[in-house]
Parts: sequence; structure tokens; C-alpha cells
Amino acid sequence: MAEDYTKQIHRCFNCGYCKFDSTYSEFNCPSYVRFRFDTYSTSGRLWLINAWLRGEVQWDEHLGEILYTCVTCRNCAEQCIMRFSNDLVDWIIAARRDMMEKEQGKIPQRVGSFLEEIYRIGNPLKARMPRGEWADGVPGYSKGAEYLLYVGCLGSFDGKAREMAKSIATLLGLAGVSFGVLGDDEGCCGNEVRTLGEQTLFELLANNNIQQFRELGVRKVIAISPHSYHAMKNLYPALGADFEVLHYTQLLEQLVRDGQLKTRDTQAKVAYHDPCYLGRYNGIYDTPRQVLRGVPGLELVEMPRERQDAFCCGGGSGNFAMDLLEGSRDSPNRVRVREAYESGAAVLAVACPSCLTMLTSAVESEGLDDKLVVSDIGQILKQALVT
Amino acid sequence: MADISSALTEIVGKGYVSQQAQERYFYSQDPGLMQPHEPDYVVLPASADEVQRVVKLANEQKIPVVPRGGGLSLTGLAIPQRGGILVDMRRMDRILEVNERARYAVVEGGTSEGRIIAYLERHHPTLRHSIPDAPPQATLVGNAAIHGQGRLAQQYGFTSDMVTGLEVVLPTGELCKIGSCSMSPYWFSKGPPLPDMSGLFLGWIGTSGIITKIGFKLYPRKKLRDVETFVTDLPDLIPDIVFKLTHLEMVEDINIWFQPLPLMFKGNHHMDIYLTGDTDEELEFKRRMVWNALSEYIEAKDGGFMWLMPDVKPTFMEMPQKSIARFADVRKGGGFQYAGPIILVEKYPDCARKTEELGSKYKLGYSVMARMIGRGHCMMFGFAFTFNRANSDEMDRVRKALDEAIEFSLEHGGLPWKPTVDEQRAAMDMMDPNTLKLFGKLRKALDPNGIMNPGNWEVS
Repeated sequence: MAEDYTKQIHRCFNCGYCKFDSTYSEFNCPSYVRFRFDTYSTSGRLWLINAWLRGEVQWDEHLGEILYTCVTCRNCAEQCIMRFSNDLVDWIIAARRDMMEKEQGKIPQRVGSFLEEIYRIGNPLKARMPRGEWADGVPGYSKGAEYLLYVGCLGSFDGKAREMAKSIATLLGLAGVSFGVLGDDEGCCGNEVRTLGEQTLFELLANNNIQQFRELGVRKVIAISPHSYHAMKNLYPALGADFEVLHYTQLLEQLVRDGQLKTRDTQAKVAYHDPCYLGRYNGIYDTPRQVLRGVPGLELVEMPRERQDAFCCGGGSGNFAMDLLEGSRDSPNRVRVREAYESGAAVLAVACPSCLTMLTSAVESEGLDDKLVVSDIGQILKQALVT
Repeated sequence: MADISSALTEIVGKGYVSQQAQERYFYSQDPGLMQPHEPDYVVLPASADEVQRVVKLANEQKIPVVPRGGGLSLTGLAIPQRGGILVDMRRMDRILEVNERARYAVVEGGTSEGRIIAYLERHHPTLRHSIPDAPPQATLVGNAAIHGQGRLAQQYGFTSDMVTGLEVVLPTGELCKIGSCSMSPYWFSKGPPLPDMSGLFLGWIGTSGIITKIGFKLYPRKKLRDVETFVTDLPDLIPDIVFKLTHLEMVEDINIWFQPLPLMFKGNHHMDIYLTGDTDEELEFKRRMVWNALSEYIEAKDGGFMWLMPDVKPTFMEMPQKSIARFADVRKGGGFQYAGPIILVEKYPDCARKTEELGSKYKLGYSVMARMIGRGHCMMFGFAFTFNRANSDEMDRVRKALDEAIEFSLEHGGLPWKPTVDEQRAAMDMMDPNTLKLFGKLRKALDPNGIMNPGNWEVS
């Protein structure tokens, strides 16, 4: 792929369609919205990468910052009008890989630290506690269980995401689903590592997971993170994985539909935020909404930018931990919670631990603590459950 | 220079000034073929006050200032020929007012065409503006500042003809209102009945000031819109056909295209005739009038209407039309450029033949795109050539073809549209000497230190 991108990247005309949503109402590239220099848009990056390949600009920290503030949300790929649109994010990832090699490991400090932590301790959050600590009372995976619930690094270590993982595990338990978690034995899925250009480490992590799942006889995986879902469903098969992967909302939708989870009347105005790795990467837009619509009394409102046009929270490609887009009113998570609040919603529903972390922190930054609650679909469903 | 950087940071805030190599590289060029030239600073102001302070600083220090909108002219008009401060206007993108009854809107100087399209569609669905086929990141001010054309050019003229008022930061730093807004709360006229000073800024590509607000006319948006494509292989008939169509006063937009690929299009001139109406009856009546007007050509077997397949039609109906930008990837090379003189419609056959000749001479992929302006008063004729950005030889051949195209059109009485620096010089060489003298006097009076987009429209 790295070689291929060098032969294609000059094809970007810099027309700028990639910056918008499909209606052109807003700039929809998170890093362009945050920084507003063209260099922080996809076309800006492609032109700079091409210039780097031609020796017209040199690698320095600023180029590193520009390159790594792409959160791989794929809005550009969705909006680009050219025939190569599908390749845009892969070109940026390939350039990161290439630069990492050719520039002898020069990468922004926060990126380096993110990767080192995963390599050294297995998670990017610098968490030293046992990975399975969150899972007190949750069944461990044992051979013969129908599903493995994979919660990932955030689900294991981040406060809000741990609550999310716990809620999902509770719901599965109440519905009588045969499942278990890996607890201390779970490893990082590697999706963010791959997007940051560390392909070797990604393959190491992925291969470890594949081998472990195979040894345990895992046939079906429920991922709580769309990032893990994407990696395991779409990237692991090339490395030999042959298990089925579901996002947790897909299973919840089925359990609600089959009457295994029954909900009571819950008056709430809820906006749903489409996670990039569930929506734009995997085309899953309706399933999470169906779960929410299944709760009687719950009013689902749409934000102006939704589905393919959803504005990213800015947490992708490791930014949920590195947060290279932080520090401004124009940081994408802050823009997004304002949009949610202006839609009239009291609850902002998410289906991704990364979005949960990013948007929760933005609610605080925006001073919306008393007005908008960020909650994952599992938590919303759990609260509405007829017990 | 560190002092300038600090002063700029003081004005626009940390994070909105860059002296970094990457920004200087990117803003040194546009997607066209012009020679790059780096700015010393790139700034992103958020208000007219900040623009004013940047310009005052530049004027005191005699540093060049170059305003930039979408940066899509292709002819290098926002390339800082002498370095200095490049002002990217796009943080100033608020829609300030829409007066529905008086059919005008006022927006900030960096507002993109895309944002205006979406805003009107959502909040004022009975109104529209003249949408150019440039990508949506083009700004309305940029389009007006180059005398651009949009979808309503055939009916109402250049985008600059539709302006209803300006707020401008002069090269000496004063903030100045032009038109009715200079003495009234309303932005309905750019000049009349007052002396019209908008001409000091429209078409001057940022050499006479920075436009921080613009008022512009809105027009009725009909419920229905359709297109008929008339095809003829006889370019000499085109001026007569345009004359007949414009006489009807029923057509929204007329675009003519001519290209050798795919092969089915070769040798044929396609006229896209756009119609609008509030009812099927109205649309059908207009369609019948168009068909009747062109029936003699059909009967003589000189042309006919092309049926547009349902999967193709949406491409024709898009605003902006994405296929224009897609032309850049015809050769998987990421580039195209066109010379687009404003010229009489009667010159269409000569220009079309010249394009073919240049394509063949320089072995280039070409396309003609001509848009009628006014009721056939003139047209923009685009001699367009695609190139591969990784092929320097091909890029050089395109440069030569474009030079010849513009020379040819000037010889035929045309005017260069959004002219490159070289084309500006050629135009000034041909200009009436007293006109040129007046031009020079006005520039000197407005910009005594010559800081505004220097290198462009410089009267020696």
C-alpha cells in the first residue's frame, strides 16, 4: 500500500469537497474545523505528503502534528468526488507508516507515548491496574459460551467506558445470553495502532488476539467499540481470523426485538451521535436508532449532521487518549455537544466508548453539565428496563 | 520579523498565525499551473476589526497583504507574488441577514458558496443566488472579486452585477461601506442612486482592499428545474441558436460543452438549456417554446435534442456541477486549467476550432465549456486542458496551449477573465492609454504604499 500511495497521491486536485458535509452547510472535517488552516484538511495533508515525497518540505514536528491530527473519520472519503475517494484515509495511514520508517521514528511525542504504552503495558491510557478489574461479577469466557464480549482498552480502563461495558454485560446477563469476557487476559485490538502507522505492532496485537480466540474456541465476538468491531470484522480476516463479529447494538437490537429485553415508558429527548467506525466505515446507521426507538416514550431527535454526514467527536486514531485536537472552542467534541444541545436533546446517545469519553469531557468544557447527559445506548436501555 | 509575528498573534490570537514551512508551502500556490511564491505569514482573522488591524500593521510596515477565499482561481490570483501576509478569510463565514421580501442577503467576506447554498435551501427555500460551478469552498466574495459567473449569469449577468453592497477594509486600514448600506440600514443597492463606488473593488482581485462583508441579490427559486440538451455538429450555428434562445427570455442558464471523449461526444457541440417553473404546465410551455425556437435546425437535420438517461441527468442538474472538478482526474493526474476569456458569442466557432487545434498541437486532453452571460451579450469561453501533476512535460504543454488560447482570444476582441499576471500585462498593453493612466491613479490613491496583492494589475 505504501508504494501505491506514492504513485497516486498527486491526483488530489484540492477542490475541497472533502471538507464539507453532503449539503455543504458546514465544514465537516474535524481537524480543519479545529485549526482552520487548509493544511489540516485532507487535501492539505495530501499535498504536503506529496511535497515531502518530492523533497519540497522536510519532516518536522509541525508536519507530524498536521499528519496525526487526522482522526481517520472518513468524512473526506464520503464527500470526495473523485474516483480514488475510497483510498484517501489509507493514503494518509500509508504516509504515516512510510514517514515512521524513512524519518527514523520521528513522530509527535504524544503519538510515540501512545504506541510505547501499548507495546509496554498493553493499553495507551497508562493504566497499571489489572485489565479485568472492571469485570467484577461478570462471567469470564469459558469454552462453549456463545459470545465473547470484547471491551477493549477504554472499556477496561476509562471510568465512563467501564460503566458502559458493565451496562452491556448486565443487559446480556439479564437477557440470558451465553457470554463471557477475557478480563486480565484481554489484549488491545490494535485498530488505533494501525491508523497511526505502526503496522508491525498492529499485526502483533491482532495475531495474538486471533490465536487466543482460536485456542479458546471463540466463534462470535461482541465488540463494544466500533473501532474494535471494524478491525476484527474487516482487517483480522486477512490475518487468518474466521470468527463472526457483532457490534453490541446489533445484539441489543435483536434482544429487544425478540422480547428478551423489555423496556418501560421513559420520557426523554435523545439525539444519537453516529460513530465514524460504525457508520461511515461499516454502514450501520439504523440499528442503534432501532434500539432507541424500541424504548416507549423516548423521543429520538436528529442533529443537523447525521448518518454519513455525522460530525466526528475527534477521538479516532488514538485521539481519545492523545487529544491532539484539544484546547479550543472549535475542538470537534465541543462543536458536537453544542450541536446536540441546540437540537433540543437532553441526552446525547453514543455507541462507542471513544465518543463517550470525548463528548462527556466536552459537556463539562462547554458548561452543559446540567443540560445535556452523554450516555451510551446500553446505559439508556438498562435504565429503561422492566426489571 | 519576530515582532511582526507577535503583532499578528496579538491581533488574531495564538493558533491563527503561521510562519511554518507547511503553511507557507501550501498557501504559495493554487491548483493551477502558476509559479508558486511563499507568503511570510498566513493569518486567519475572525472579524473586520482584525482585518483592519492586520492591514494597518502591513501598511505601516509596508508589507504586502494578499486576501484569499477558496484559493480556486487556478490563475494564481491569491499567490503572494511578493511574499508578505496572506489573509485566509474563511473564519469570517457568518450569514448576517436575509431580507426575503427585498431579495438580498448579507454575508461575511469569507463565507463559502456551499454555506450559502445550504442556508438558503434550509431557511429560505423560495430564494436562490447565482451558484457558480466552482467547488463549494469558493467564497462569494472571491467570485464577485473576479467577476465570476454562476447559474443565473444568462439571466442577470456577472456575480459582480448582483452585488448590493460592500464593507471594505481600504489599503490604509479604514473600514468603508459602499452602496445603500453607507447611509441606510438596508443593503439593497451597491450604488444607485448614489455615485457607484463598488467598481473600485469588484474585479480588482484584492488589489484595492479587502471585502469583509458583501450584500448580494437573491432571485426566485422555482419549484421545478429541468434541462434539455441540444446537439449540433455545426459550430457556426451556435451564435444564431443562442440568439434565438435568449430572445425567448424563458431560459435559466445556457452552457455549451464540446469534448473529444468519450468518443460518442466527439465533434458535437452540446448546449445544456436549463428551464425552471412553478408548475408542470409552466415548465412544459417553456420547453415547447425552446423546441419551437430550434425546430428549423431539427428539420434541416442540423441538430437535435439528446435524450439524457436517468442515471446521467442528475450530473447535469447538480449545483455546483461536480463534473467540472472531476475533469482534473481524467488522466488520473489531478490537474486542469482553463483560459476563460469573456468574448462575444459570435466568436464561438473560431474559439472551438482553436481549442481542437491546440489539443492536437500539444497532444492534450481538452474540453470546451462556454457559459452565456446576459441575454447573449457575451460569454465565458473556457479553453480547458487537463494535465497530470506528476508529468512536468505535459504541464508545460498545457501552459503553452493556454498562452496561445489567450493570445488568440485577445486578438478576437475578448478580455481575459481572472487573468494571470502575464495576461494582466498583456491586457494593460492593449488598453487605451488614458484608461490605463486613470487605472494607475486610482490604484495609487487607494493604496499609496502598494501593499495590496502586489504584482497584480500593476500599472508601470
